[in-house]
Amino acid sequence: MGSHYEAPIRKPLVTGNKSYHDVSVDVARPVEGRANKQWWIVFSISLAAFLWGIGCIIYTISTGIGTWGLNKTVGWAWDITNFVWWVGIGHAGTLISAVLLLFRQKWRMGINRSAEAMTIFAVMQAGLFPLVHMGRPWLGYWVFPIPNQFGSLWVNFNSPLLWDVFAISTYLSVSLVFWWTGLLPDFAMLRDRAVKPFQKKIYALVSFGWSGRAKDWQRFEEVSLVLAGLATPLVLSVHTIVSFDFATSIIPGWHTTIFPPYFVAGAVFSGFAMVNTLLIIMRKVCNFEDYITMQHIELMNLVIMLTGSIVGVAYITELFMAWYSGVEYEQYAFLNRATGPYAWAYWSMMICNVFSPQFMWIKKLRRSIMFSFIISIVVNIGMWFERFVIIVTSLHRDYLPSSWTMFSPTFVDIGIFIGTIGFFFVLFLLYARTFPVIAQAEIKSILKSSGDKYKKTSESHE
Amino acid sequence: MSSQKVVHAFYTDDDVLLDAVKTVQDAHYHIEEVFTPFPVHGLDKALGLAPTRLAITSFMYGIVGVCVATVMMNYIMIQDWPQDIGGKPSFTYIQNMPAFVPIMFELTVFFAAHLMVLTFYMRSRLWPFKQAENPDVRTTDDHFLMEIPAGDDVEALQTLLKETGAVEINLTEKH
Repeated sequence: MGSHYEAPIRKPLVTGNKSYHDVSVDVARPVEGRANKQWWIVFSISLAAFLWGIGCIIYTISTGIGTWGLNKTVGWAWDITNFVWWVGIGHAGTLISAVLLLFRQKWRMGINRSAEAMTIFAVMQAGLFPLVHMGRPWLGYWVFPIPNQFGSLWVNFNSPLLWDVFAISTYLSVSLVFWWTGLLPDFAMLRDRAVKPFQKKIYALVSFGWSGRAKDWQRFEEVSLVLAGLATPLVLSVHTIVSFDFATSIIPGWHTTIFPPYFVAGAVFSGFAMVNTLLIIMRKVCNFEDYITMQHIELMNLVIMLTGSIVGVAYITELFMAWYSGVEYEQYAFLNRATGPYAWAYWSMMICNVFSPQFMWIKKLRRSIMFSFIISIVVNIGMWFERFVIIVTSLHRDYLPSSWTMFSPTFVDIGIFIGTIGFFFVLFLLYARTFPVIAQAEIKSILKSSGDKYKKTSESHE
Repeated sequence: MSSQKVVHAFYTDDDVLLDAVKTVQDAHYHIEEVFTPFPVHGLDKALGLAPTRLAITSFMYGIVGVCVATVMMNYIMIQDWPQDIGGKPSFTYIQNMPAFVPIMFELTVFFAAHLMVLTFYMRSRLWPFKQAENPDVRTTDDHFLMEIPAGDDVEALQTLLKETGAVEINLTEKH
């Protein structure tokens, strides 16, 4: 037992006296069982929202971007707000699976599979917005470095929007192979348990014939470690580059060097909030309370508290720098944010992102499921407002007061946003019924050090 | 491959398995393969497997990625169609490089990650429609399987395996 020793002060990460076989049975249960009524209700609502979103996208593409609330002053609004919001949400998945792997944090194992799924689904939603905003999405491949039809006019590699194309596509594809490689042993477990021939066929197909040889595991662990090492700078680069979309422009309120770290912290913040939202529901619906424990939720709340505070420091630094720069345009941009016609959005952002996570200092609150759930929703709303504030309030009063205007979304703007939320939940709900939502092979490997069954026996031997 | 008799010994505990691997090797038996449901730390060393070189391949693929990015952007932005964008003319690659760093980085990661994973899949023979080769379905659940060529004295081997804590010992044909 010596090699599995873990200090008794560390709380168990798997409760309920689980053996290896129990883990397999529990992880396979949602896949092998039938969907319950709640699943169908939530799925139907999500599907309806998704279909409504598709309708709005078709309307936009067939009629034009004029169906949105954009005007000549505010040329970017909900589309880019939603894009940045979804990309940001994606960041927590990579942070949990890659950064926490490098730091050898065992608590990632209960949640990493779903967090990575969330990453992939969220980045897919994000990708929709630039594609729809192109107006002619069938020409979307023009963003790739191919010469135009006349011969040799290329994409512009000096543009942060093109950097975004490379960053987002690298991020999506690398996250996908990282996720899938980790899934192979778990799909193999489902394949070997399956009794229905169709299920067996499907899981045999997706598990790529994983057999679990000693050499395979050795390679598997090395590949996971190297992918984590690659994904860590990658995830930081993605939101850094997203922030360059703004920071490399000369718009007051956007042209700031603090943007990259501030956007990355905000992304992790909103992503962890979304992980909490999803997992608090999932642990209940799928009976995973023994794998996604109070300890996991508390640790995620602590990350939310920390990153929320970093975001708060960034907001205040921005205000200070605007004043200290002595640039009157910059000063006005921030004064207008806090006291102008969009002050309600600014203060909603401040309350949701800076004030609300501070409750997590209180142990009783951060260990309350209901409170954690509410805060996770509040943070997601706040982070949407952050992007809205940065984008719309910096644009709506430009250099010529005669062109000052307000932005109001049309039903199409709202419909596409609701549609992506629906699409996200459709994907996540389908995932929850067909994928091993807990990385069972990894959980089994920590069962002896962090499972309560083995922890109790090792303590009683002392 | 010609058919050959092998002994399959099942274990239900990773620590028992590790001790068994050492005992069996000390008795000068060759362990053909071990199938486990999760990574057992120290098993590769106990079996005497050479360290994997996948991390090194990843590093080399990364170098390929940064070279591809450099050659591509140098051709597109400097050689083929140099432009003066925002008063910043494209004369040389090195002078314009700050703007190219993000994509040089992204392509490094892209190549390093994807080509390493493809190499892993090829080396471990993993791809869609590949048939699984674990001899027993329980090895992805909670059983650990050690495969040993039967040799001449099967009785002695089976007795030894029994002593190491195997819960089940089968003599089968290897396909």
